[in-house]
Amino acid sequence: MDAGKSSATALADNRLEQQFSDAKPLYTASEAIIEANRCLYCHDAPCITACPTGIDIPAFIRKIATGNIRGSAKTIFRVNMAGASTARVCPVEELCVGACVYNGFNETPIHIGRLQRYAVSAALEAEESSGRRLFTPKPDCGRKVALIGAGPASLVCAAHLALEGVTPIIYERDPLPGGLNTTGIAPYKFQSGDALLEIEWIIGHGVDIRIGVEVGQDVTIEQLLADHDALFIGVGLGGDTALDLPGSDGPGVWGATDLIRRIKNQPGFEIPADVGSALVIGAGNTAIDIARELAMLGLPDVALVYRRTEEEMSGYAHELEGARRYGVKLIEQVRPLEVVRSDGRVVGLKVLDLINNEAVELACDWVVEAVGQQKFDGALAPGVERDGQGRIIVDEATRRSGHPQIYAGGDCINGGQEVVNAAADGREAAFAMLRGWGLEVGLNPGAA
Amino acid sequence: MADLSIDMCGIRSPNPFWLASGPPANSGEQVMRAFDAGWGGAVWKTLGEPIVNVSSRLGSIDYAGSRMVGLNNIELITDRPLEVNFKEIYEVKKRYPNHAVIVSLMVESKEDWRDIIMRSEDAGADGLELNFGCPHGMCERGMGSSVGQEPAVLEEITAWAKEFANTPVLIKLTPNVGDILDPGLAAVAGGADGLSLINTIKSLIGVDLDTLAILPSVRAESTNGGYCGPAVKPIALHMVGALARDSRIPIPISGIGGISDWRDAAEFLALGSTSLQVCTAVMHYGYRIVEDMIDGLNNYLDEKGMASVNDLIGKALPGFVEWGELDLNYQVVAKIDADTCIGCQLCYVACLDGAHQCIHTHQGPCAAFHGESDHGMNPRLEVPPPVRHNGNALLAMVPTVDEDECIGCNLCALVCPVPDCITMEERPGAPGRESWNQRVARGLA
Repeated sequence: MDAGKSSATALADNRLEQQFSDAKPLYTASEAIIEANRCLYCHDAPCITACPTGIDIPAFIRKIATGNIRGSAKTIFRVNMAGASTARVCPVEELCVGACVYNGFNETPIHIGRLQRYAVSAALEAEESSGRRLFTPKPDCGRKVALIGAGPASLVCAAHLALEGVTPIIYERDPLPGGLNTTGIAPYKFQSGDALLEIEWIIGHGVDIRIGVEVGQDVTIEQLLADHDALFIGVGLGGDTALDLPGSDGPGVWGATDLIRRIKNQPGFEIPADVGSALVIGAGNTAIDIARELAMLGLPDVALVYRRTEEEMSGYAHELEGARRYGVKLIEQVRPLEVVRSDGRVVGLKVLDLINNEAVELACDWVVEAVGQQKFDGALAPGVERDGQGRIIVDEATRRSGHPQIYAGGDCINGGQEVVNAAADGREAAFAMLRGWGLEVGLNPGAA
Repeated sequence: MADLSIDMCGIRSPNPFWLASGPPANSGEQVMRAFDAGWGGAVWKTLGEPIVNVSSRLGSIDYAGSRMVGLNNIELITDRPLEVNFKEIYEVKKRYPNHAVIVSLMVESKEDWRDIIMRSEDAGADGLELNFGCPHGMCERGMGSSVGQEPAVLEEITAWAKEFANTPVLIKLTPNVGDILDPGLAAVAGGADGLSLINTIKSLIGVDLDTLAILPSVRAESTNGGYCGPAVKPIALHMVGALARDSRIPIPISGIGGISDWRDAAEFLALGSTSLQVCTAVMHYGYRIVEDMIDGLNNYLDEKGMASVNDLIGKALPGFVEWGELDLNYQVVAKIDADTCIGCQLCYVACLDGAHQCIHTHQGPCAAFHGESDHGMNPRLEVPPPVRHNGNALLAMVPTVDEDECIGCNLCALVCPVPDCITMEERPGAPGRESWNQRVARGLA
């Protein structure tokens, strides 16, 4: 799936994210075969164990090596219908690639994400040109499932249901489907055009998406429960958590996910020419992402501002290393106190230097707060409960909530993890529903 | 999805993939796990009079970082009691009635053949494979390849087996012969129902340069073994094709020799194999490889619009002719794609030293004198400059083919590391077809 192809839900063209190029470009066929042949084809491979969706990685890589691209892609999709996006957005260094046995052999680990991207991309291209579908959904079995939120968890859940003949209907309040895949992934990894293409492909298997419908407002959970056999909640998290520092009201102070979404989706959004420096408060992966994006967009002076030390950061070391290559700095052991303004304009951030216990003013034009997202606090049905951190409580194996008809997955149950975790949740919830109805689980062999 | 099921001289199998007689088909437990993984059949490790094996039995060659490109073994036939093997064969057939179990056999006397054939069939074998192929150990005792190398003996024992057998009899041939047609025709004369080939090639795998012990080393000594694995595939393809295209060989063939993936399998099918036997690749990676073999072959057949694997059998054979029939007027010429060329110049040096000096570089004058010959080190004046420079140092490394001088040997395309960068294109305007045989007939040769 290449960016820029027509999409049912068209994106405007003048988006800032389009200025970014791929950090890990699509392999050519020969590059992919060379890399695939490096794979040792381990037995009980640690890369599989490290994958939240348990893709049979050595098998799909071997199929690339033997030229069975269609089989390779199906090996991936069979357990992860978001194989196109996860190939690109997964923190592979922390998952499959980090587990590769080559790491213990003084050898570069296999570039699994790039191989997955190649297999999926080549197979989908062949599917389009040949008209031979990878998967043919089973006939309608008469069951219907409502899914709230069109993020990766719901989309994967819906895809697996559709293949087994269940009708999934996704309700999305935002104008664009895809959740964070469309609005939040760093554009040097994955852009919203590609996210929408993946969604189009999933929808093509018989998934209904209703855009602009807010559950709780336009339709009640009770109505959905009455009209469907089951309900899946995949609403993700809420907006950026604000620190409410003195001086933070007004222009020049951003929530990180809001700013990323504007860079990715908002037509004509620009960084004003007089903005040359930004301080990003936080040290998670979202903080690192936005810092690197700003640096790559040309801001000469971008730094992360963090209360603790580099060793304690929740952001991945490889992500910080990537950001540093673009000049992003890390200011450790300072606590933000106040946004300093002059004539209404942000000119600095006053912080408490925790080592010397004194207040210091750091000059900047923008302040970006990347200290987490609010929990989903929308209406829930009776029996669906949240834990102390606002996460919906589900059964670990089935992703079923306390309500027998309601399942949930993705960030709203885990507090904010990876797309691949959401994909695993969506699949497991779909399988649990199918099992409960005595239907076959997994992709139907007739489609093989 | 294509139909992969086959019927080879009455032996039915859900797919053409069988374990070859060898360590992966040594026991019932293994064969059942293989069937669970997807294998359609198994040729049981050769049964015969009890033997004793040596320790240190395998050796291999690695090539350019690839492990086990070729494997050599000095292991003999089964070292487990016959009654245990027969009990397990019975058990496997009871649990997997639709899979093919072929029992490989190797004994000496006519009485022994009668006895072991009857016991194999009583145990439920779907077919028998007479091992006339092993080139190590057993041949010193008058069995294995020593039978396969003597057409008269091969024919006689085949006839014995046919006298006693109620199930199909396959003859497993040794490639250690001058002409594979000799044992093939003898097997047909003896009444064989099918052929299996190739068995292993007589080999020494190497010498340990520290100790000067030959490998695999059995207390500093070794002996010749049987060579197999990916490296032997071309030899096997030739022998399978040579038998399959001969009208005097009307019986089906089970192809063996370096089959590691679905592509190898498809090639053996196209050259006339009905079933396919695999050993080394399973020894390397396990039974699980059959999943991609089935999946990949299926996708290939679908793409080719073939509804059944049988449609592929022998499809390449019409193109297998004698050298004297080849068209001498067919001319190809090398084309280098400057856009994908990475400037390694391996084509240049291969052509310069290993072929016909028709590729030229543009890094100054050539290092060697080429005299007055029309093939030369120096580009002739007519040779056009490189296709693209653009001030790019890499592009300046793109060599140029002197197309008039190129004899179309393919070497440059073979050494090029970039797929499809060098292509061999037919020279336009070639006159009509003429073979050597036609020239001879016209009195020109």
